[in-house]
Formats: sequence, C-alpha cells, structure tokens
Amino acid sequence: MTDLPGYPSRRGFLKASAAGVALSGLAASASAQEAPAPVSLDQYEREYLSADEWAFVMAATARLIPSEGDGPGAIEARVPVFIDRQLASDYGTADDWYMESPHDAAAEPARGWQTPLTPAEVYRQAIPAFDAWCQETHGAAFADLSPEQQDASLTSLQNGDVALANELREFWGLLLSNTKEGYFADPQYGGNQGMQSWVYIGFPGARAAYREWPERHNVKYPLGPVSISGERA
Amino acid sequence: MARQEKKKDVVIVGLGWTGSIAGIELAQEGLDIVALERGHDQSTVPNFEYPQQIDELKYGVRLKMMQKPSQQTVTVRRNDGERALPYRSLGSFLPGNGVGGAGTHWNGLNWRPQEVEMRLRSYVEETFGEQIIPEGMNLADYPVSYDELEPFFTQFEKVAGISGYAGNLNGEIREGGNPFEGWRSEDFPMPPLPTTYDSAKFQEAAKAMGYHPFPASAGIASTSYVNPYGMQMGPCNFCGFCERYGCYQYSKSSPQTAILGALKRMPNFEYRTGSEVLRVELAEDGKTATGVTYWDEAAQEEVFQPADIVILSSYQLNNVHLMLLSGLGEAYNPLTGEGTLGKNYAYQMNGGVSMFFKDAEFNPFVGHGANGMVIDDFSISQNDFGAEGFIGGSYWRSGTFNGQPIRNMPLPKGTPSWGAGWKEGIGEWYGHAMSIGSHGSHMAYANNHLDLDPTYTDRHGRPLMRMTFNWQDNDLKMNQFMKSKMEPLAASMNPDIMQAGFKDIGAQYDVRPYQTTHNTGGHIMAENAQEGAVNRYSQTFKAHNVFAMGAGNFVQNTQYNPTGLVGGLAYHTVHAIRTQYLSNPRPLV
Ligand SMILES: Cc1cc2nc3c(=O)[nH]c(=O)nc-3n(C[C@H](O)[C@H](O)[C@H](O)COP(=O)(O)OP(=O)(O)OC[C@H]3O[C@@H](n4cnc5c(N)ncnc54)[C@H](O)[C@@H]3O)c2cc1C
Ligand code: SF4
Repeated sequence: MTDLPGYPSRRGFLKASAAGVALSGLAASASAQEAPAPVSLDQYEREYLSADEWAFVMAATARLIPSEGDGPGAIEARVPVFIDRQLASDYGTADDWYMESPHDAAAEPARGWQTPLTPAEVYRQAIPAFDAWCQETHGAAFADLSPEQQDASLTSLQNGDVALANELREFWGLLLSNTKEGYFADPQYGGNQGMQSWVYIGFPGARAAYREWPERHNVKYPLGPVSISGERA
Repeated sequence: MARQEKKKDVVIVGLGWTGSIAGIELAQEGLDIVALERGHDQSTVPNFEYPQQIDELKYGVRLKMMQKPSQQTVTVRRNDGERALPYRSLGSFLPGNGVGGAGTHWNGLNWRPQEVEMRLRSYVEETFGEQIIPEGMNLADYPVSYDELEPFFTQFEKVAGISGYAGNLNGEIREGGNPFEGWRSEDFPMPPLPTTYDSAKFQEAAKAMGYHPFPASAGIASTSYVNPYGMQMGPCNFCGFCERYGCYQYSKSSPQTAILGALKRMPNFEYRTGSEVLRVELAEDGKTATGVTYWDEAAQEEVFQPADIVILSSYQLNNVHLMLLSGLGEAYNPLTGEGTLGKNYAYQMNGGVSMFFKDAEFNPFVGHGANGMVIDDFSISQNDFGAEGFIGGSYWRSGTFNGQPIRNMPLPKGTPSWGAGWKEGIGEWYGHAMSIGSHGSHMAYANNHLDLDPTYTDRHGRPLMRMTFNWQDNDLKMNQFMKSKMEPLAASMNPDIMQAGFKDIGAQYDVRPYQTTHNTGGHIMAENAQEGAVNRYSQTFKAHNVFAMGAGNFVQNTQYNPTGLVGGLAYHTVHAIRTQYLSNPRPLV
C-alpha cells in the first residue's frame, strides 16, 4: 500500500471514522496557497450595473447571505461582482431563450418565464420600483435602510407583498438564485472568492476524481477544493 | 431556390444515439450516408476536457450543452381550453444539441422495459379486466414483443457498454440481480460499479424489509472495455460531474465513446454540423420522400439534400415537429381520435424522500449519473392494479450522483431560503443528506398530445410545436402509492429528519423544475396506419423510405429511463432495413 504525499493514508480510513477530523487538518496545511488579492469592491469597474444598482445589489446580497456567523457572506464571496458580470453576459441578455411576442406576463408562475424583459432588464426596472416601495414603506431607499428593515423589505418582496408590475415578477427569484450562483460557482465568474463557500460546506470543487472513494463509507473526504484555474484552498 | 447537394443513399437527421446507430449499421452495408446535425461538433477531446468541463454554472445551470430555446422550442398548455405559452427558458426537460445529442450529457441509467410493459393493454385486460382502464387513457400494446427485441437490447448494451448484474439469465433468477427483469440472453458486458454509502444503507434497509435490491444498470464503465465496434472505455472515477456534462475520460457511454470514433473513420460516411433540417420533402405521389431541406448555418441558406432513405433521429420532440411540418401523417385530433401525429405524448412520474443524518458523511460529490442501488418491488409487473386503483409502477433508487452545491442543496423543511438561517443550514447539512427516488411510469391520454401552434413561430418562420399536457389522476395515484410505501422504508433507516416530495392528486404541470428529459410518444408505433404513425420497424406508414427513431415510438412510457428501449428499437429497425428493405424497398408490413 503506497501513501501519496498530501493524500491521506488508506490505513487511516480503516481505523475509525473519527479519522476525518484529523485528516482535514492535514489536508489544509498541505495545500494552503496564497491567491492574489482582487481589487476592492468599491474600486471594481462595473460592466452592467449603474452606481445605484450596484449599491442595491451590494446591500441586498449582504442580507441574503450575511457575513455574520460561520462561513463567508455574499460580500466576502464577491457575489455582487458575479451578478454584474452575469448581467453583462449572454445570460443577462437572454440570448439562449425564446423571447418572441406575444407575451403574457400575467400568466401563472407555473408557466415559466413569460415577461418580455431579459434578466438584465428585470434588474434595471425592478430595482427603482422596489426602492420606491422601500421609500414609501420604510422611509428610505433599500441601501439606506437598517439591516432589520432590509430583511423586512426582502421578506415582503419574497412574499409578493411589494406590488411590482407583472413584467418584474421574476425579480425576487432572479436575485436570490443569482446570489446563490455567485456564492457557489467557480471563482472564474467573479464570485466565490478564494473558494470560501466550498471550504465552508466541504465541497472539493473541480477535483472530480474519486476513484478510491465510493467504498470509503462514512468517512469525510479530506481534501480542500481546487478551482478550474488551478487555485487551491 | 435552395442550393442542392449531391444525392446520397441515406440522409440521417440528428446525430445522437439513434442517428449514430443508424449511421454505423447502414455504413457497414456500404451505403453512401450523410448525417445532418443542427448543433456543433463535439468530441471527448477537446470539448469535454478537464478541468473546463467541471463547471456547474456553465453546464449544470446555464445548460450550455442543451438545445437553445431561441433555436427551437415548444409552446405548452395544460388543456385544450388554455392558451399555449412558449417554453422560453429550459426547465422541465432539456433536449440535447450538437453531435452526440442528449447521449453526451445523460445520466446513463440504462434499462430494458419489463415484458408486460410491451403488451400492457393485453396484460391489464387479461389480468384485471378492461373495466379498470380509466376513460381517456389510450392504453396500448407495442406492435413488437420483448422476446423479439431481446437480441437488440443485448446488442445495444454491448455497444453502449453497460455495467450491471443480470437477475434473469435465460430464465434463471440470480440472487443479487433484478428478479423482476425480462430474461437476458447474456450477462451485462461489464460488472456493476462499487456502492457508495447511501446506496449501501438503502440496500440494507430494503433487504430488511424483504425487498430485492440490486445495483442499477449503468451506461458507465466499471472496467476497461472494448465494444463490438472496437471502441474503448475506461473505468469511471465517480467524478460527480456526469448528468448534464460530457465525460472527460471516456467512461460514460455516449455516441462519442461507443460509436462515433469508429463511424467517422468510414469513408462512406459524412456528417455536417450547423445543419438544421427544416422539413422532409415528399415525392409528387406522396408515398415516398425525395430527401430533406436543411438550413446551412454557415452559408445562411436553405439546402436540398436528396436521398433514397430518410432517417429521422432528431429526438422525440423534434421528430414529431418535423413530421407535422412535412405532412408525414395527419395531426391527431383528441376529440375524434383520428390522425396519428402527436398522439400519446407521455412523460414520467417521479417523487422521492430525503433523509438527513447529522452524523453521517455521504460525500455527495462522489458519484456518477447512474450510481445507486435499486429495487423493482413496486414495478408494473408487481403491483395489483385492481386493488390499488391505478395502472403503473416505478423503480426506486438511492445513490449520490451530483453534489454540486448550486443545484443540490437539500435542506430540512423550515430552513429559511436565505439569510443567516440559510447559511447556517448549508453549513450544517451539506453532505449529510441522502435520498431515495421513485421513477415511475406514465400512461398516454387522449388529452395529452402535440400539434402545431397557431401563434408562435421559430426563427425560420415555421410554427412552433404545441404541447398539451397535464398530470392525470391515474399516475398521481401511483405516485401517492409509492409515497405510502417509501416513507416506512425511509423511517426504518432512522434519519434525524426526513421529508417526502411527491406530487399530490390534483397537481398541475409546472414547466419550471427539472423532472426528466423522457418525453415520449407523438409518432407512436402501431399495427396499422389508423392507430399510429410508424409500424413495428419504425417505418412511417406515410412514406416507406422514411424511418422515425427514438422515444417518439413509445405507445406509453415505461417506468424506466427510455434509452434502453430506444436503443433496442433502433437496432431492430436497422436490422429490418439491412435484411428486408434494401433488397426490396417497400412498406415492410
Ligand atoms: C439531462 C438528461 C439526462 C438523461 N438521463 C437519462 C438516463 O439516465 N437514462 C436514459 O435512458 N435516458 C436519459 N436521458 C434521455 C436520453 O438522453 C435520450 O433518450 C436519448 O439521448 C435519445 O436519443 P435520440 O437519438 O432519440 O436523441 P438525441 O440523443 O437527443 O439526439 C438528437 C440529435 O438531433 C439533433 N437535432 C434535433 N433537431 C434537428 C434538426 N431539425 N436537424 C438536425 N439535427 C437535429 C439534436 O441536436 C441532437 O444532436 C437523459 C436526457 C437528458 C437531457
Ligand atoms: S462520473 Fe464517471 S462516467 Fe460520469 S463524467 Fe465522471 S468519470 Fe465520466
């Protein structure tokens, strides 16, 4: 039996499942690596979002995945960068989707995407509409509310209590799913900075090679993640 | 006027599983063949190379291997009274695009139907009486039997490279295999793959309840293997990026790994990508086709490709659409029962239970698309339809196949969907959940059908196809029955938390969540032209030199994933073309 450097000993697994705890420590020290620090979020050059939209996305994602508690928040993971770049891409412009008229934006949600707007346009039109609602209800634009008021506003948005035009109805769903995408996608898309979210939950990213692992039952996989560009964390 | 290409013996429309099978078998006859593929070219190297392929956002979420709705889509309504709306972004089903078709990014769960599924109407009538068949259910027999197809199932499994363990070898029931499967003339070409922790737990619990677990048969190599065309596969390493991805290491069975490498070396075979077939052209007598007209993406013009034989292998939805546009039959009318095209569109009925174990380590990223232990104890041949009040059945599976966190983050009910509570939840539960899935049959109904949409058109100005589809009580009852049986099994495993997800009676079809890409029917097989669009050899009743392959042939869906039957039928068809049609082109029945 050969043990590979940086790779846990097979003998270790045969002993006890408690081995996992010690092994993750071993893996972390064997692969710790410095990645160059990216530009700070306030110096980031936006590709799609305007200054006001950026302020909203920063504030909203910070509540959707807050920094407090274990694990990175959306801001540490640079989710706003991800969202900005996605909206500037063929995803934001719905290039792959069928967007021909006529549209029935009032159709029941189970019938799928029926607004004439692209995802990027939904953000562009929904942010000021939601901000206006926040202004009316809580006395300030979303970004200027207290965290508690922000959470309450997002809850209202989620529950459909913010009267948005039918064309903008997908806004909440987009915002939440894009935030989670930015949190968990490969770092090449601008989010998941340093693969912190993968480290947090224990997902090994792009390793994608587990020949020995199917039959190692109830043993925690010990290696930290790698990214598509070859970073390790 | 359309540009015209040199005449070929055979033109193949779509280069997925069925198109590749038709290509290689007919090329072996020495015929001059061209395959037209709407999408791009793609091979293991360089297109599926590591690590670029290991990208959940691009392939898993943004679906970059799939058909783009901007290129082609359908409209959907749930009943004849509703206005059909376009399926604008993909959700419920994900048709393939490009060389290899959906066979490049499928899961690899490879099944044969049960013997009784091929003669389901007769089985129901003989065993339970005709009166149990609900009104509006178009229950039918296939015009070809399991026994006739057996050699072709075997052939497909050898070509595709399927791993598994035979439970019924020439009638002998073998411990550890599926005791309820149809007989096999040979064991699987490769042994089963190793078993992950969740599968092992499920296996143990199922055994304790007296069920018969066995390893899922998988189009995933468990060893080194060379198939009958000389194509090589190497063992899978459970990379966890299988469904929705091309395999970067020649382990998943696909047209690329099983057929295309050999086919491309044949001098009498040619394929053109960026070539979307717009219609089949019929001769003046209306009894044969002269070839097809396609859109050449690079030249931006229409091209006529003359050929003596036309093989439609463009996936169920696209085949039916092309046939409707080309007049290869009459559109089905659910009110009169007349016409055959679009008839018996069917789908799949699924559900499942998730279980959370605080202290268990499942490493959900260790898996492959077809990983798992399975039971068939609630399959069609095992259920008492008379007593239970439905017709159908399902198989159950447990096995990790995708731990990718954007799409696979099961959390206990009540966990907030965002905020501090969500973040805490993902930290606590990722890697500590397992599930059992029920993959069920789906019957055909008069009111679930396909025709042309009156309003919406595609980029070529052709009407989109319209899907009229909703869930029916029969299949929902079957699903609820599975729930009632699965919950006690899941509970016997003592999870900390468990929750079921099964559609309830009255559930409406929702186009958003992914269910399966097991769209079936629409150009169904039948004994005669009044009942179906193609005969037992997938030859169209309308034009004897047009053959339509794929799950469009299914008279109703089986409880299994479709490709085993699709592949078997494709080999059955090319065998008939080789042995009966070429020497004397004519309607074969
Ligand atoms: C995500 C996913 C998972 C799946 N998992 C399983 C599984 O585990 N088990 C199973 O049995 N099945 C599974 N399937 C289904 C399986 O992939 C299909 O049954 C199988 O690929 C069908 O083969 P086919 O030859 O009919 O069509 P395809 O493989 O889809 O090939 C059709 C080809 O035709 C091309 N085409 C379409 N229209 C035109 C046109 N007008 N002109 C030219 N070319 C055209 C398409 O681009 C495509 O390349 C899965 C499918 C998906 C999408
Ligand atoms: S899980 Fe196996 S078969 Fe699937 S893509 Fe990975 S290596 Fe290939």
